[in-house]
Amino acid sequence: MTLHIAVLVVLLGLFFVLPAYHVGAFSRIMVLAIYAMGYNLLFGYTGLLSLGHAMFFAAGMYGFGLTVNLFGFSVAPAFLTGIIAAAALALIVGYLALRTAGVAFMIVTLMFAQTVYLVILYFGEYTRGDEGFVVQQAQRSFAGIDLTGETERYFAALILFAICFLAVAKLVQMPFGKRLVAIRENEERARMLGYDAAKLKLHALIISGAVSGIAGATYGLLFGYVGASFSTVQYSIFPLLWVLLGGAGTTIGPLIGVIFMFYLIDISSGYTDAYLLIAGVALVLLTLFAPLGLVGTLRKRAFPWLP
Amino acid sequence: MAAVNVLETKGLTKIYGGVEANLDIDFQLRKGQITALIGPNGAGKSTFVGMVSGRTLPTRGTVSFAGKDISHLPAHKRMQLGMAYTFQITSIFPGLSVYDNVDLAAGRKLANDKTALAQKTTQVLDRIGLTDRADQTAQDLSYGHQRILEIAMGLAQDPTVFILDEPTQGLSESEVDDFVTLMKSLAGETTILLIEHNMRVVSETADYITVLDQGQVLASGTPDEIHRNAAVQAAYLGTTSDA
Ligand SMILES: Nc1ncnc2c1ncn2[C@@H]1O[C@H](COP(=O)(O)OP(=O)(O)OP(=O)(O)O)[C@@H](O)[C@H]1O
Ligand SMILES: [Mg+2]
Repeated sequence: MTLHIAVLVVLLGLFFVLPAYHVGAFSRIMVLAIYAMGYNLLFGYTGLLSLGHAMFFAAGMYGFGLTVNLFGFSVAPAFLTGIIAAAALALIVGYLALRTAGVAFMIVTLMFAQTVYLVILYFGEYTRGDEGFVVQQAQRSFAGIDLTGETERYFAALILFAICFLAVAKLVQMPFGKRLVAIRENEERARMLGYDAAKLKLHALIISGAVSGIAGATYGLLFGYVGASFSTVQYSIFPLLWVLLGGAGTTIGPLIGVIFMFYLIDISSGYTDAYLLIAGVALVLLTLFAPLGLVGTLRKRAFPWLP
Repeated sequence: MAAVNVLETKGLTKIYGGVEANLDIDFQLRKGQITALIGPNGAGKSTFVGMVSGRTLPTRGTVSFAGKDISHLPAHKRMQLGMAYTFQITSIFPGLSVYDNVDLAAGRKLANDKTALAQKTTQVLDRIGLTDRADQTAQDLSYGHQRILEIAMGLAQDPTVFILDEPTQGLSESEVDDFVTLMKSLAGETTILLIEHNMRVVSETADYITVLDQGQVLASGTPDEIHRNAAVQAAYLGTTSDA
């Protein structure tokens, strides 16, 4: 717990020491880290590799953005709609996809996400498809605070990140979280200890989807843009990479993974056009030499107490 | 004694392709006793307990537990009714500590009471002799200790019926002795169904023996009766020593 508070204090401090560009970057990083934490719950803790999480991010984003734009919802109910949309989608997807495991589960989730992407394009009249739409500044204030300013945005991102971060940290310490790890480690054993593995996996997926949805809704709220590109395969792969880089099944791994990848691309693009190549090579090296991710490797080598 | 049989099967059958792994097995498990299920390799012992525990779907037949038909219950529900099962091929949580392995086993019933859970876990580790290794990662244990951990996970569930599939395979002589002592100390409260190749363990623990051969019950009875049974002599005891 102290570690988690310390991480939040550092993030708070960064606001005061970082130059404006990096403050903006960290607003984005924290939102994406919420997404990574949602993904980590399913992948890192439960051991289920989804290739379709962008659909939950998108459900949160569109649940928020469409209700604001079409029905004139204010921020709070729109945000809530986003979370509910993501959780409901996860319930449906889970009900069907969890009949499969391993590679089949990857493929089924990929297919579902592709379907969601196509549905967004199909309803282009409302969603404006690939082009997306902007959530107006006037519609992005909460409790009288305009969330479009750099400072407000940073603190809104930090608060939402903190809530998710502490909630996930708590969750994985609870019996529920330990049972998810049991399923990851040996599902058949968990079942033969009397645990209802199917139900636990469904619950994990719903929570994972809801947290991803919070990230999507937050993104729409703080950056004022909603677009179909966020539901593409690329956005399903990102959280997998972040979590792998940072450390699957660790509480701070997702944040570390997002920071690392963000700056890897940011810095290498300053030197060369082939920055994706550099990023790719770095990823391969890391996977080879630190297969448990940055935090996972630290935990194994030096700090076994890391949560 | 009332309610003599805790567990009963009727016509339990499993056919794999053309292989009759189990054929029409009528079986009763006597309450509070240790029943050994013996038979040569491939006799169908694991298949039988697999169907009893719900791991394996029977081709036909019924299983009842405490007088209730449980044939249609999935495995985890049967465990919740008070069964525990240890696998023939060691099945633990490899990446977790020994403590967490046992904690998860005890935690199904006790998760809401932290003190009781910690107490139970510590007590089981102590009883089985794994206290010194509580912090080790399960996959780093020796094979024998992994087997013992699996038995500990069964114990931690406080089962009414404890099913063990060849638990002593790979244990040293002294560990087998400890196992025999443990089984004897459990009998009475716990009903035990023990698949065993080691005849010393069988003769030292079993109150009752069922012999399976080629998917069918060849004989059932007290150790003495089994010993005197000519068919068993011919089919099994005469040809097998400690395996
Ligand atoms: N999943 C399966 N698919 C096909 N055949 C199987 C399967 N499981 C078991 N069998 C067959 O069923 C028969 C009984 O196997 P089982 O494992 O129950 O025997 P066992 O008495 O436990 O043997 P052992 O002492 O070697 O553990 C064997 O002929 C085996 O090959
Ligand atoms: Mg067997």
